[in-house]
Amino acid sequence: MSAIYVLWLRELRRYVRSRAQIAASLGQPLLYLIALGFGLGPVFQKAGQGNYVQFVAPGIISMSILFSSIFSGMGLLWDRQFGFLKETLVAPVPRFQIMLGKTLGAATVAVIQGLLVAIVCFIAGFRFADWRTIPIALLFMILIGCLFSALGTAIGSILQNIQGFQLVMNFLVMPIFFLSGALYPLSNLPGALSLVTRLDPLTYGVDGLRSALIGISTFGFVADLSVLLAVTLIFLLVGSRLFSKIQV
Amino acid sequence: MIRVDNLLKKYGDFTAVDNISFHVAPGEIFAFLGPNGAGKTTTIKMLTTLLHPTGGTITIDGLDPMRHSNEVRKRFGIVFQDPSLDGDMTAAENMEIHGVFYHVPRKVRLERTESLLKLFELWEKRNEQVKVFSGGMKRRLEIARGLLHTPKILFLDEPTLGLDPQTRNQLWTHVKHLNQTEGVTVFLTTHYMDEADRVAQRIAIIDHGKIVAQGTPQELKQQTGKDSLEDAFLSLTGSTIRDEAATSADQMRQMAKMWGNRR
Repeated sequence: MSAIYVLWLRELRRYVRSRAQIAASLGQPLLYLIALGFGLGPVFQKAGQGNYVQFVAPGIISMSILFSSIFSGMGLLWDRQFGFLKETLVAPVPRFQIMLGKTLGAATVAVIQGLLVAIVCFIAGFRFADWRTIPIALLFMILIGCLFSALGTAIGSILQNIQGFQLVMNFLVMPIFFLSGALYPLSNLPGALSLVTRLDPLTYGVDGLRSALIGISTFGFVADLSVLLAVTLIFLLVGSRLFSKIQV
Repeated sequence: MIRVDNLLKKYGDFTAVDNISFHVAPGEIFAFLGPNGAGKTTTIKMLTTLLHPTGGTITIDGLDPMRHSNEVRKRFGIVFQDPSLDGDMTAAENMEIHGVFYHVPRKVRLERTESLLKLFELWEKRNEQVKVFSGGMKRRLEIARGLLHTPKILFLDEPTLGLDPQTRNQLWTHVKHLNQTEGVTVFLTTHYMDEADRVAQRIAIIDHGKIVAQGTPQELKQQTGKDSLEDAFLSLTGSTIRDEAATSADQMRQMAKMWGNRR
């Protein structure tokens, strides 16, 4: 059994044990889905864009993966606070492996969370366009999870205490979500906004997931996949570099 | 086994460890004593690859902890002064993670986990989450975990803090046993002078980041003309209480950290 596996398992055990947290973290996506999905539905319909619940559900699933993976990745902060980080830092395990184990664990948790939200969406009336593309949807969910878990771990390596958490939330996580096209179509956006959305990695995740689930795509499968893979790799490398520099 | 020459650690203008030198021979039990905030933990952190020194050299079993971190990490085990357990995991899971980190074969790991948890009277509680444990139980688990693998060097940073005499006795008996049978080099800090006197073969006393005396317990007593190590310690370091110094040192570190001065 390797260090990567045992750290991955640790994240999963932690997730399963925090039942209250699981329930709480389903609340927010549900609120977005109901308030926005049904609230903006009529306007969306009138604008000739079709069913808004159908459109927004992949965005909401992506959102839950984004939040869950960044927060799990930043779980590093709690390890620092409660001291467990030291135990991992003195272990004779290459720090890249430690970082990878944590990141994969966080990503797995995030994907499970995403699947739960997908079920909630299904109950709320969301329907897949084609059952055969579900493996592709899963692939994109995994990629979103890995990308943002790596980002979360990278941030967790730099931040020294939990006070920085709010900062990350307001200036990083929320913009990533709102500028990703999770809530609105990317066509006909004002120039500046259009540019910013294209710089947001989540945009490609949402686009890929939306194309797999309801068959609407802006950039196409290959572009979505390559951007996500490339950015994930970059974040993993940067994250492990930052993680290996941690001193306590 | 451990060689330290002119070791220096500064946080901004504050010097936590000021040009200290000492060496610890293989198989030796070495006590590193000093009042709060004297620089003991900072030194241990530098020895155990957690912190980069500002200056000087460290050699652990012939290796530089900065350049060969992973090789050095394979050679030591540590019981930290402050908590380092995962509260969400059970006692057994904490042992499991540690065993995997240190490449202890599964069978050996399970055997040792059982005997150590029994020794420190945690076996009944092995499947409970650590966050529900009392302070003493957590401390005992930290120690049991630190002893799960047999390292070449064992660092014990105030391991007996907050422990009852029974557990302390268990710990030192076990540590001495490891030292005698496996030749484990032990580097320890403690505030209990009687422990240091009983267990350690050599002692270094650090105060305000400087080593003020080094030698066997006997030598230190002779040097100061006192009967007990406690009195020798007090006459070397004075009787002022150092909590102030500890806090300001901590504050300095906190400040240094806050401003991202991670070097």
